[in-house]
This record gives sequence, C-alpha cells and structure tokens, in this order.
Amino acid sequence: MGAYTCRACGFENKEGTSICNKCGNPLDVENKKLLNMRYDGRAIRSKTRNQSIVDKIWNFFSSIKVGVTLIAIALVASAIGTIFPQEIYIPNTVSASEHYRDQYGIFGQIYYQLGFHQLYSSWWYMLLIALIGISIFIVSLDRGIPLYKALKHQNPKKHAAFLKRQKLYGEYNNYEQNDVDQLLSHLRKKRYRITEKDGHYLAEKGRFSRWGPYVNHLGLIIFLLGTLLRFVPFMYIDEFVWVREGETEVIPGTDQQYYVKNEKFIIETYGEKEEDAKFDEVISSQEAPIPKNFQTNAVVFQDISENLPGMEPELKEVKSGEIIVNEPMKFDGLALYQDSYQLNEFQSMSFKLHEKDDANEKAMVEFTVDLTDPKSEYTFDNGFRIELDSYYPDFVLEDGMPKSRTNYPRNPGFVFFVYPPNSEEPEVSFLAIGQNIDPNNQNNYKIGLTGFDVRNVSGLKVKRDYTLPVIGIGAFIFMIGVVQGMYWQHRRIWIHPEESKLLIACHTNKNWFGMKNEWEKVSSNTKFKFLQDQEDKE
Amino acid sequence: MNKVEKANQQKRKKKRFRLIYRTAILVVLFGAMLFAIVSNVLSEDEAVDVGEQAPDFQLTQLNGENVENLRLSDLKGKGVMLNFWATYCEPCKREMPYMESLYPQYKEKGVEIVAVSVDMTEIVINKFVNQYDLTFPILHDKSSEVMDAYGIKPLPTTYFIDENGVIVERVLGELTLENLEGYLEQIVPS
Repeated sequence: MGAYTCRACGFENKEGTSICNKCGNPLDVENKKLLNMRYDGRAIRSKTRNQSIVDKIWNFFSSIKVGVTLIAIALVASAIGTIFPQEIYIPNTVSASEHYRDQYGIFGQIYYQLGFHQLYSSWWYMLLIALIGISIFIVSLDRGIPLYKALKHQNPKKHAAFLKRQKLYGEYNNYEQNDVDQLLSHLRKKRYRITEKDGHYLAEKGRFSRWGPYVNHLGLIIFLLGTLLRFVPFMYIDEFVWVREGETEVIPGTDQQYYVKNEKFIIETYGEKEEDAKFDEVISSQEAPIPKNFQTNAVVFQDISENLPGMEPELKEVKSGEIIVNEPMKFDGLALYQDSYQLNEFQSMSFKLHEKDDANEKAMVEFTVDLTDPKSEYTFDNGFRIELDSYYPDFVLEDGMPKSRTNYPRNPGFVFFVYPPNSEEPEVSFLAIGQNIDPNNQNNYKIGLTGFDVRNVSGLKVKRDYTLPVIGIGAFIFMIGVVQGMYWQHRRIWIHPEESKLLIACHTNKNWFGMKNEWEKVSSNTKFKFLQDQEDKE
Repeated sequence: MNKVEKANQQKRKKKRFRLIYRTAILVVLFGAMLFAIVSNVLSEDEAVDVGEQAPDFQLTQLNGENVENLRLSDLKGKGVMLNFWATYCEPCKREMPYMESLYPQYKEKGVEIVAVSVDMTEIVINKFVNQYDLTFPILHDKSSEVMDAYGIKPLPTTYFIDENGVIVERVLGELTLENLEGYLEQIVPS
C-alpha cells in the first residue's frame, strides 16, 4: 500500500493527493489540523515521477514560485525603466550615449550601458513577458484541469474525518429526518444545488466563481497574443510621412499602393480671433504663439496601374477631406493622423538683375527659381543669360566649402553665372539668405532677391492596428474573469448522518463572514443552529 | 493479474498522451515567443534583405547618352551593385570615387553599377555627377517610391545582386575600396 492509498476505502490516489479523491478521507491521518482545501486536495498535474526532459521543462513553468519570481523581476525592471526617460523621449539631436552621460552622470551611463534606455522593446524584456505568458498558461492547465475534475465528480458522501477537519463544523445529537429536510428546503431557497448519496448531502452554490482565475488568465493570454500580432505586417502599420503643400507623396507601409496629396495646410493660433480676448494674459506670457488648430486638407489616391515602383502611377481618388488633430482620415483600414508640421519652407525665390552702380537698382531682367525643380538656365529677350551653376537647398559652409545639409530648401544658396549679351565670359555671383557675394569683386551686374514664396509641410502619421479588437476581447475576458472570481463565492455544505448524530461542515473559497451569515439564515427555525469555527478554537 | 496489467497499460497510455500534449503545447508556446523576439529584433529594419529577390523598378536615368529609363530587370544576367545615395550625404560622396574607379574593370566582367539618388532636384545631382565624372548609370528616385519599396533607412545603403536578381549582400553605411572589391567579386556572373 503506497502513501497515496486511502486507508478508509482503499482507493489508489495519484501522487501528490492530500484528500482521497473517492471518499474524501484526508490522507495525512495523524494530522488533526484543518484541511488545506486548495484544488480540493487533488494532485497538481506536474507532481509526477519518471520525468523526461519535456516533463522537467513543464514542471519548471508549472511552479507558482517560478511564475511569481518572473513577475517580480518584470516589475522591478519596468520600474527601473521609468527612472530616466526612454530613448524615444530624449532629443534626437544628440547621441543617446552622450545624453545619458551628460544629463544623469555615472548612473545615466550605467543605465545606458545596461540597455535600460530602450527597455520595453529590448529582447530580454520581451523574453521575460513571454516567459510569464508561458508560466500563466501552464500553471492554469496544471491546476485548472484537476480542480475541474475534482469539482465535477464530487462525492456527496465524504469521510467523517473530512468534515471534522473543516473550518466550520458542528455535531448534533437529537434530530429527526424532518429537521434535515427543513434545512435542505432552506438551502434550496438560497439556490443551493443539492446532491445526495446514501442519506449524505452536499449543498453547493457559486461553483463557477472557481473558474474566475482561469478565465482571467485566458483573457491575459489572448491579450498577449494580440500584442504579438503587431509583428505581422498586415495587422499593424505605424509609419510617418512629410507632405509639402501641393505635393503628392507615396504613403509608406502600403507597398506603393496609396498616395496622399497635401492640398493645403492650415494653422490657427490663439489670439487671432476676437473670441480669444479672454486668453490675452496667457497668450502674452508665452514666447511662441499657441496653436489652436492645425489641419491638412488632403486627398488620398490609389495607384490603379500595375506599374513598377518609380514609374508614373495612375492615380484614382479614394477620399478627400480634412485631417485634423484627433480626427484622422480613414480608408482601407488605414488612418492618417495629423502629427506635426514645419511652417514656411521656401518654395520659390524671385530675383532681379541690375547694374551694380545703379542706385535705383533698376531691374534689367527678372526671373523666378522654382526650388522644387530649378532650371539650370534662364534666358532673356534682351540677350542676357543666367546659369544656375550650383544650388544648395540647405546651405552651410563647412571648411570653406559650400554644401547642403539636407534635401529641403530651408536655407537656399545659389551660385549664378551671369552672361551679359554677346559675352562668353560669365560673372559669378553667390547668393544666400543675408549674403550676396561677388567673389572677384569685379562684377558689373548684381543679382538681388525680390521676393519669395513659402509653403507649409505637414507631418502625417500612418496607422493601422487590426490587433486592437483582439487586445480588446482579451481585456474583456480578463475583466469577466476578475468579476467572476471576485463577486461570487463557491460555498459548500456537507451533511453527514452517523448512527446517533449528524455532522455538518461548511466550506467557502473566500468570504467566511458571508458564509457564516448565510448559515445563520438557512439554519434559522431549524435545530442546527450552532457551527463551531475551528480556526478560532485553535 | 490481468487487472494489474490492464491498469499498467492504461498508465503507459496516459503517460504517452501526456508527453505528446505537453510537447505540443511547449512547442507552440516557445514558437510564439521566438517569433515575437525575432520579429522585434528585425522590426528595426524592414528593408529588403539578403536572399530575397530584388524588387524590380524603373527610373529616369540622368547621365549617359540615348538613355531615358532604366529598369532593373533589363540587367538580368548581369551582377548589379545597387547604391542608394544623395548629394548631401557625406559618406556617399566618399565612396563614389571608389565605385567609379572599379566600374570599367567590373563592367567587363558583367557587373553593372547603378546609383539611385534620392535628392529632390535634378540640378544638384547633375552638378555632382559632372564634378565627380561618374560614368555608371545615375537614376533619380524623385518620388521616393523605390526607396519606399526597398525600405531604405540610412544612406548610403548598397545592395549586391547576382545575375538571377537575388540579393547576395546588403551594406548599410559607407564602403571602403577593399571591401567594395570583395563584394563586387561575389556577384560576377559565373
């Protein structure tokens, strides 16, 4: 006879069992303490012998200790990740390593070295979360299934020792079957379900609240799976595009299928209208204007041709309208959000040519350079010819050499060759904002800036998130599980007749106060008033 | 006796079933975990990568005579070095002379060098091409569509594509003369 063979009924229980699965006799006979009712005394599934490597891995994750440790590590790591700002929130003008060192000293440097500056997307943080997910799954299976089986196949006839070692217990000597029936009818009124075997009764209610934690874990796992789906390109897009007024740009993340045109970018600031007078005090205390609204009037097109990338697309309008902050434009599961803007980028510049000595600067020729596509030569009826030799959209001098810092006309610089009529010898002029240089100081003609056009650039976020419904369902199931486990209790009452007396024991998985209260109600007007709280006795 | 045997058989059956279902669950869970972590590491860079077929495109060619458009698939049968660059990108400027110096030699061996500029205006590209005397095809990706199709993030980015159109190597950042030659050697058609 093994240690898990029941001495009362001879049933062979699985290793790790603490209460006989058949008759309910506690297997630790010598012990007189209250019974541990967790999982109704069933063996947790991982407690098996003859372990293969699969069983060993399984048992590792099945341990609550391991699960709690993982959660604790994740909590500590998450907390550390909030001590200094994450990398995405620091200015992108300086390198991250310098920023953390300069701003936060030695601790900042350690923080950076250990990778906490991008904690939440680091592989080890994800590994931690994934391991927690695996642990939750296996823990639930290993405990949920035995518990389900135990509660499904309950034997109303429990061994007397089982009842005697419950927290709420009472013995009654003088009673009639009538009294029992009365108690049972009271229990039925309280919506207990009653099963019977050989005159032994089990009254039970709220069993489904025991599934709460498992429903909750199921929701959590669906939630985690939802976050995993973000890595499927079809499910999740998070891109960004700058669109200049009047320009049409390909929308990133759509395989060159969609294009967006910026018809107009509008920005309104506080103080422009009379109704804003009430904010005058605040407005005047600010250095920069406060934006009230900014929006892009946009048109979305679809490329209906089968053309290769780089070839002229055949655009068909899909949608047009306003993209306002928090009011995205939606099409084909995609949403374009107004994100940011750059105001007053140069679009074109106008110049005139005049004699250097002319005090009135009378224009001899006038011309306009389109900065998005400058021509390299400008010819005029009066015989003048002007060549645009070099163009620097974002001019800067580096080691005496002119160059462009970026692609965009933020600070345009020009080298013009001026050919007077019938001359092959050009005069060289260099122009930039605030600069007009005659390198040889021998020029007869001078080019002057007469005007310019600017336009605004709108920054749009491209978003698609099909994972949200999955995450939402996961969160909803999670909440159902919480409610199920929190607001209901699993209450059981065993009634055990012996030759001369009646034993009654109560058990609830929580809220013993409620259980006692309920007992008082169902036992009113019956003989079975008093139940001993054996925990108090100890 | 018979009963004991039967029980034992049942036990073995149960054990085998347990092994199978535990293995299956562990495989699925660890598979999902691996997928998440690997995709997370790769998500930084959605660019077309080694081993993939290079996406075809067609762009305007700015230099060379009697040529207007160049289509990548026209170069099938040749090894192709595909370089994404811009005039305002310093490392791009530095590697251009290397490419020019190796171009004649490798053109003979059946390797074409194609440089795609993502500059906004043609004028700056033309100026640059004249300044550096570049003879290999210079294409202009004015609408950034090809850049989007390849998922280019840093400049320069260079692809080395074999004669079947399969990407053999991808280099993010600047090339040196020595490693450029090594890469070109890899895509000489056999």
